[in-house]
Amino acid sequence: MEIIRTEGLTKRFRDFTAVDHISFSVKKGEIFGFLGANGAGKTTAMKMLCGLSRPTEGKATVAGYDIYSEVREIKRNIGYMSQRFSLYEDLKVWENIRLFAGIYGMDDKTIAEKTDILLEKLELQEQRGRLVRALPLGWKQRLAFSVAIFHNPKIVFLDEPTGGVDPATRRGFWEMIYDASEKGITVFVTTHYMDEAEYCDRVSIMVDGKIEALDTPARLKELYHARNMDEVFHKLARRATRE
Amino acid sequence: MNYVEADSLCKSYGRNTALRGVSFDVAEGELFGIIGPDGAGKTSIFRILTTLILPDSGSGKVLGLDIIGDYREIRRHIGYMPGRFSLYQDLSVEENLRFFATLFGTTIEENYHLVKDIYRYIEPFADRKAGALSGGMKQKLALCCALIHKPEVLFLDEPTTGVDPVSRKEFWNMLKRLRDSGLSIIVSTPYMDEATLCDRIALIKNGKFMDTDTPQGIIGKFDFPLLAVNGPGMPALLRATREIPQVLSCYAFGNEHHVTMKDKGLSPDAAALIIRTALYAKGYGEVSIKAIEPNIEDCFMYFDTMEEKA
Repeated sequence: MEIIRTEGLTKRFRDFTAVDHISFSVKKGEIFGFLGANGAGKTTAMKMLCGLSRPTEGKATVAGYDIYSEVREIKRNIGYMSQRFSLYEDLKVWENIRLFAGIYGMDDKTIAEKTDILLEKLELQEQRGRLVRALPLGWKQRLAFSVAIFHNPKIVFLDEPTGGVDPATRRGFWEMIYDASEKGITVFVTTHYMDEAEYCDRVSIMVDGKIEALDTPARLKELYHARNMDEVFHKLARRATRE
Repeated sequence: MNYVEADSLCKSYGRNTALRGVSFDVAEGELFGIIGPDGAGKTSIFRILTTLILPDSGSGKVLGLDIIGDYREIRRHIGYMPGRFSLYQDLSVEENLRFFATLFGTTIEENYHLVKDIYRYIEPFADRKAGALSGGMKQKLALCCALIHKPEVLFLDEPTTGVDPVSRKEFWNMLKRLRDSGLSIIVSTPYMDEATLCDRIALIKNGKFMDTDTPQGIIGKFDFPLLAVNGPGMPALLRATREIPQVLSCYAFGNEHHVTMKDKGLSPDAAALIIRTALYAKGYGEVSIKAIEPNIEDCFMYFDTMEEKA
């Protein structure tokens, strides 16, 4: 089943075409890597898919909802996490969970039950009353991801979720992504770490607003005669003419 | 003479300890990398050595000048590119560069040769406001502004964070050319693959250097046989490999898993045989296993595990 489908999706800012007629689809439960150089149009495309930015033209559905007319439904059915913004630093661990779950309309009883289960799984029970600011970065990332999928969304959008974390934590984070994917949550992820591109089921690479390549990592490596995804990326992104 | 010397630097912010005794030195014309995750203390080292904050204890010298007593003199001779974009967003590209030149009593014209190679990329946009530049162009402008007064030491705090792999490579090529022109450079990064581009590196975690050496020197200290395992169903293969009793660690590295064994003395062939047999018993028939050289990321995790145990 297709959980995201776009056709000719385009966003122009005056005479600048940030996203230029992209057409692709993402399957349910898939880990989809959305790659591209800085300025290639990834963030703009992602904002449209999350219902935060209205396309100039083209069609798209996310979780079965239309991105023009059913934005509220889309927001209800997705989770979002980025490196820059994820949790409120001056709220406690449990307050962050409570806040986001409340925003997604979960009832108090469910929130309380699921909070206990989550904190136990993350081994954060003793930290539940601590301010998020005081947590080490690795824990924050894990908590932020758990909060992003706490309301059991159909899709979770991750915008460079592992930037700056240490190697072991980065790998632990990907194991959480696998778990979510096995539970049927579709994962839409951007990253600048090319080893992480290898962990995706399929990868798209954007160059100058267009999707230049889209396939499994294995197929892309074959197609571009590359040993790894880093080489694939370099071969494609070097074609970029804009910055 | 060492261009930069840090001796037992310590720094706390309230109850948070950022640096727990950091010592290192950087020679003339050396490209020195401080490699580690966010929150490890990298920025505190830069702020102390660029005389923006004081250490709680410890001492430091830049170009032979004391970071506390001679701070004014130091500031004239160093270039600093902070981690966060710190130029004037509402000034144009050229106005920013001119401003920084003027601050140090020079002109763009006088020192143009120093920035030419980098500035030519952004010169077509000289009239554009700095705030309207793309990430890659901001980074180039910031580097020009840090170079225009002809510094002898360059401090670059995470210049490539959030930058895509292609632009990162370009940036490192620029750094190499600057190093080759005789400049001493201290650069920090969370990207472990950039470590091998430095002359020497320090691996930092939790406010401490785990090791300081050449990249090859650090790799040489990894004294376990290391194997790369690859096969169908990588996530399940990762878990299955971890369950093998003789396996010490197993981590995903792109399209392969890197595996170390508890018994250091095992030959790579013997280790591969143990893994192959165990995986075969778990139903993995077609698995490729080969001995490999560790990379800096392997080493970082290895040192990290050793520190935790100690």
